[in-house]
Amino acid sequence: MNEIASLTAATLSAATPLLLAAIGVVVSEKSGVVNLGIEGIMLVAAAAGFGAAHATGVNLAGFVAGAAAGVLLAMLFAGLTLGLLTNQYATGLALALFGAGLSAFLGQPLQGESLPARGADGIPGLRELPVVGPALFAQHWLVYGALLLVGVVAWFLYRTRAGLVLRAVGESPDAAHALGIPVRFVRTLALAFSGACAGLAGAFLSVIYTPLWSEGMVAGRGWIALALVVFATWRPVRVLIGALLFGGVTMLQYHLQGLGVEVPSPLLAMTPYVATIVVLALISRNPRWIRLNMPASLGRSFDPRA
Amino acid sequence: MTLPLALVPRAVPARAMRWASPVLAIMLTLAAGGLILAFLGRDPVQGLKVFLWDPLSTQRGWAELGLKATPLILCAVGLVVCFRANVWNIGAEGQLIAGAIAGGGVALLASRDSTRAFVPAILVAAAMGGALWAALTAWLRDRFNANEILVSLMLVYVAQLLLAWLVQGVWKDPQGFGFPQSKLFEAAARMPILLTGTRLNVGFALALLAAVVVWLMLAKWSIGFQLRVVGEAPRAARYAGFSERRLLWFSLLLSGALAGVAGGVEAIGPIGQLTPTISPGYGFAAIIVAFVGRLHPFGAVLASCLMAQFYIGGELAQSRMGLPSALTGVYQGLLLFFLLACDTLITHRIVWRPTAKAA
Repeated sequence: MNEIASLTAATLSAATPLLLAAIGVVVSEKSGVVNLGIEGIMLVAAAAGFGAAHATGVNLAGFVAGAAAGVLLAMLFAGLTLGLLTNQYATGLALALFGAGLSAFLGQPLQGESLPARGADGIPGLRELPVVGPALFAQHWLVYGALLLVGVVAWFLYRTRAGLVLRAVGESPDAAHALGIPVRFVRTLALAFSGACAGLAGAFLSVIYTPLWSEGMVAGRGWIALALVVFATWRPVRVLIGALLFGGVTMLQYHLQGLGVEVPSPLLAMTPYVATIVVLALISRNPRWIRLNMPASLGRSFDPRA
Repeated sequence: MTLPLALVPRAVPARAMRWASPVLAIMLTLAAGGLILAFLGRDPVQGLKVFLWDPLSTQRGWAELGLKATPLILCAVGLVVCFRANVWNIGAEGQLIAGAIAGGGVALLASRDSTRAFVPAILVAAAMGGALWAALTAWLRDRFNANEILVSLMLVYVAQLLLAWLVQGVWKDPQGFGFPQSKLFEAAARMPILLTGTRLNVGFALALLAAVVVWLMLAKWSIGFQLRVVGEAPRAARYAGFSERRLLWFSLLLSGALAGVAGGVEAIGPIGQLTPTISPGYGFAAIIVAFVGRLHPFGAVLASCLMAQFYIGGELAQSRMGLPSALTGVYQGLLLFFLLACDTLITHRIVWRPTAKAA
């Protein structure tokens, strides 16, 4: 019973960075922009967040710094892809590479530093419950924030006028432009939101999850988040399910080791990456299913003057 | 946007800008690099001299440049083929590692009595390892329509972990004081040196040869023409009956094999054993190289030399000025950003419009 409780708790916590990053990606991709630089944003935000939390001793400062770094980098991406109409895929790759370099540079003095111990996380009263308490209610508040965010984004995209506008921009920027919707402004806002989400995800990793900074610590989670959005066919609630599944896969490796299963740790560490490939292959097998759900203008530049 | 500048599409893409853009981007990167140094409280002129001039001030420096350029050229020339065919292989790093594993595995079989004939066998194995790794991406793309960007990238992590597992386990040197690395390769299984007194090995000549062959292929052979048409005008390619599937497989297998050779050359060249980190990200830097080299094999050679200089300059800046070597990664990323921005000038002009409101 305790085994299940701790596995559930660990899954929730491992799923949170994926969930945060992926829910941001849903919003920006729904507006028609694909940003492959999520991994780079998460890395820089992890370094910035850890640095801020370490310098101030306040974790909240780390989250703010991480989100701010994310928005800043997303705006760089927006300036290039929306302003200068550069290729979104190439620019995203550039951001991923730049972020890896910049984070290594910023993080160098933080290597080996640690943060002061946190008080007990979770919801007082509920977390003391047997089994359910440690399983569900002893998480950092950002975990619950991420879950809440899924609901908010789902509501925004499908129940509000602004969400409809955002989806219209992603499906047909030309039609949206003809209706007087400021396409590039909408896309900029969507990118800023996804930058903030990826930033929070990075800061969560370095400030709460590990909690320390090491080079390349995001370890592909940004790319897995991008893949998750494809698995989830751009639906927020499916993103949540996918993130939980992947969090579970990540955690299972540690629990298998704990149970004394004799598999070398590098092979166990492969599971999230192999799982991503397998699920991606299974989901993509039907091209029509993907095309039906994908925002129609995804990855294409829009020039209002052309 | 309140700047009185506007981007206006050109009627015809500017040919001169295609090659002027990388030059401009390099100059902007250097300017930004100087600014960063000034911001860090260092003398920018001195810093750029260490980065750019000092690596080339000695013969040994030139040899090191060739040594570092070798894996970059091999990876980038393959990526040129992929990117021309619109196949987004960004996993050259993983293919390089797979090549190092396959080549290193053969190299470990060499004994003290082995002959130099081992080296070609190692390189063939390395090419096959890299090609096999790329074939996974090609198969998943072809059979399952899985996005090659995500698959090839995930396979980088898998390759890294596979290498880590091998050098921690079956291939671990029993006399290695517990370090996760293989034993040193025998002399017969090492890359022959090209220039005595330096570390520059025959791999450099192989890399240049690969660039020439790929250039011939793209410029003269039918498959190269097909690759270009599929990349630039997919619809025309479909009418002409060119098989996209065949070109997908061809470009991925070729670039995988070349990246694999790069891994093999690194393992039995400068490193001389298998360690968990066989490459400081050559496979990723090669993406930048391919773009800066204008998706042309010879352009890729030039851009590889520049990128190699970034690596050496970064090391020198660390040892001589105490600057973090991570600056190299920052400059590499900046270079690609500037290049993408400058490339806009190929298809657009900047117009001064003091009164017009920017849209």
